[in-house]
Amino acid sequence: MSITIKDVEHVANLARLELSEQEKEQFTSQLNAILKYAEKLDELQTDGVEPTSHVLPVHNVTREDVVRESVTNETALRNAPDEEDGQFKVPAVLE
Amino acid sequence: MFEPNTYETVVGLEVHVELHTKSKIFCGCSTSFGAPPNTHTCPVCLGHPGVLPVLNRQALEFAMKAAMALNCQIADISKFDRKNYFYPDSPKAYQISQYDKPIGEHGWIDIEVDGKTKRIGITRLHLEEDAGKLTHVEGGFGSLVDFNRVGTPLVEIVSEPDIRTPEEAKAYLEKLKAIMLYCEVSDVKMEEGSLRCDANISLRPYGQAQFGTRAELKNMNSFRGVQRGLEYEQMRQADILDSGGKVVQETRRWDETQGKTFTMRSKEEAHDYRYFPDPDLVQIHIDDEWKSRVRASIPELPDARQARYASEYGLPSYDAGVITSSKKLADFFEESLQYTKDAKAVSNWIMGDLLGYLNAGGLELEDIKLTGQGLGEMIGLMEKGTISSKIAKTVFKEMLETGKRPQQIVEEQGLVQISDEGAIAEVVDRIVSNNPQSVEDFKAGKEKAIGFLVGQVMKETKGKANPALVNKLLLARLNQ
Repeated sequence: MSITIKDVEHVANLARLELSEQEKEQFTSQLNAILKYAEKLDELQTDGVEPTSHVLPVHNVTREDVVRESVTNETALRNAPDEEDGQFKVPAVLE
Repeated sequence: MFEPNTYETVVGLEVHVELHTKSKIFCGCSTSFGAPPNTHTCPVCLGHPGVLPVLNRQALEFAMKAAMALNCQIADISKFDRKNYFYPDSPKAYQISQYDKPIGEHGWIDIEVDGKTKRIGITRLHLEEDAGKLTHVEGGFGSLVDFNRVGTPLVEIVSEPDIRTPEEAKAYLEKLKAIMLYCEVSDVKMEEGSLRCDANISLRPYGQAQFGTRAELKNMNSFRGVQRGLEYEQMRQADILDSGGKVVQETRRWDETQGKTFTMRSKEEAHDYRYFPDPDLVQIHIDDEWKSRVRASIPELPDARQARYASEYGLPSYDAGVITSSKKLADFFEESLQYTKDAKAVSNWIMGDLLGYLNAGGLELEDIKLTGQGLGEMIGLMEKGTISSKIAKTVFKEMLETGKRPQQIVEEQGLVQISDEGAIAEVVDRIVSNNPQSVEDFKAGKEKAIGFLVGQVMKETKGKANPALVNKLLLARLNQ
């Protein structure tokens, strides 16, 4: 499988990145090099092996349903780009 | 024009139900509704870097319980995935959801429409976190975000495309709501957003096997809204197909006030979510012991209760269906039956006076003071002849408003039925001599005249005379 310029454009669009023509070329070849390197894994025999979603031998980590203190409104908004009435204010979004 | 003989409608529903845990799904912030904006947040649900989400076990068990109640197979191994998208209601720019290993799959529920039972398949039920709430500032100068709701546990329930009419869609939602309430995993208040529904709808020529192109409907805020939105969309798509056009695959927004749907986004702009396993959340292994423990916590569900009310109490299927559609109402019914044996009478009072009162006032059972015990005791007083059915109406009204026990109301207001023959005979004599015209009418064969005389006796005794005795004594007097 190889990456085309179209794939790079698509991913850049999804990630809200604006790339120059030169960057698109550059990332296409770099991403292909990375994939090529990962292709080494294809040499492994994986028939009958379940896909691995997590590498840790740990499962069922859960917590009790107990309410803990939240941060204050002021703290929550400390990283807000802008605020109004105790809320995060962002550029208008309309669906 | 949509003609059911020309086109067949195919509908699949995606329903989100908020689970009513005390704390959020991956952090300890409260899930309570109506708090001031951004006061139930923390670094985890605000998506700050370096934080570690930990799964709320109660949320997981609620999801398992809901999936079991919908007859789903429960996964042995389940996991969480990240669904990536940019939108200001999601602080992390991804939602923690489940992609290929949902909690439950291959379920079904039965619905009833026009007296016919139909099985609707459930494709899957998965667990995920809710997003924040956006409000738009007047004039389009910006949007405000409240993250209190972000991280509230949700189950998404996806139906098979088995639904064929808007009525079936509504019946499906009502059944789903009832089951969630019976399981006590959610309070299912659509007005608070704890049940939300999106619909996929397409039309195909009758008899065609292949599905038509579908539209996805959003923003339907009530069961009635879902039905109306689907009815509108059915018509819109039929008009397009009639004129030889093609339905465009797109997302459409239902506008309740205008009663129409509008394009939100087309397929070209459709999201590409790039799901991948969330590395912060380890797998869930659900063994049989755990499954049976959760299964044991599921109470008798509405269908089973409806069948039992028909067989055990002889209630008509319709009555049993109405009463069991809400767990609270069914519990109320059963509480009443601890104080009287007359199930049909309890059912009649519930179906008539009680539901009439609730519907007229837009009230819920928990908004009124009447209890099942009160109703049961009142019917008991009627059985003993202490009060007449007419007086019972007065007592019932008083109970609705004050929650007093029926015995107390009867004593306080002197409503005990007069069953003393001598006392009634006295009134009967007086009424008969004061109304010679009616007496004559009756003797001339006008049966109706007796009704007037009975009414007069009841009026004189302020409704307290035992109606059966009044009839008996009056007839005896008139036939002397």
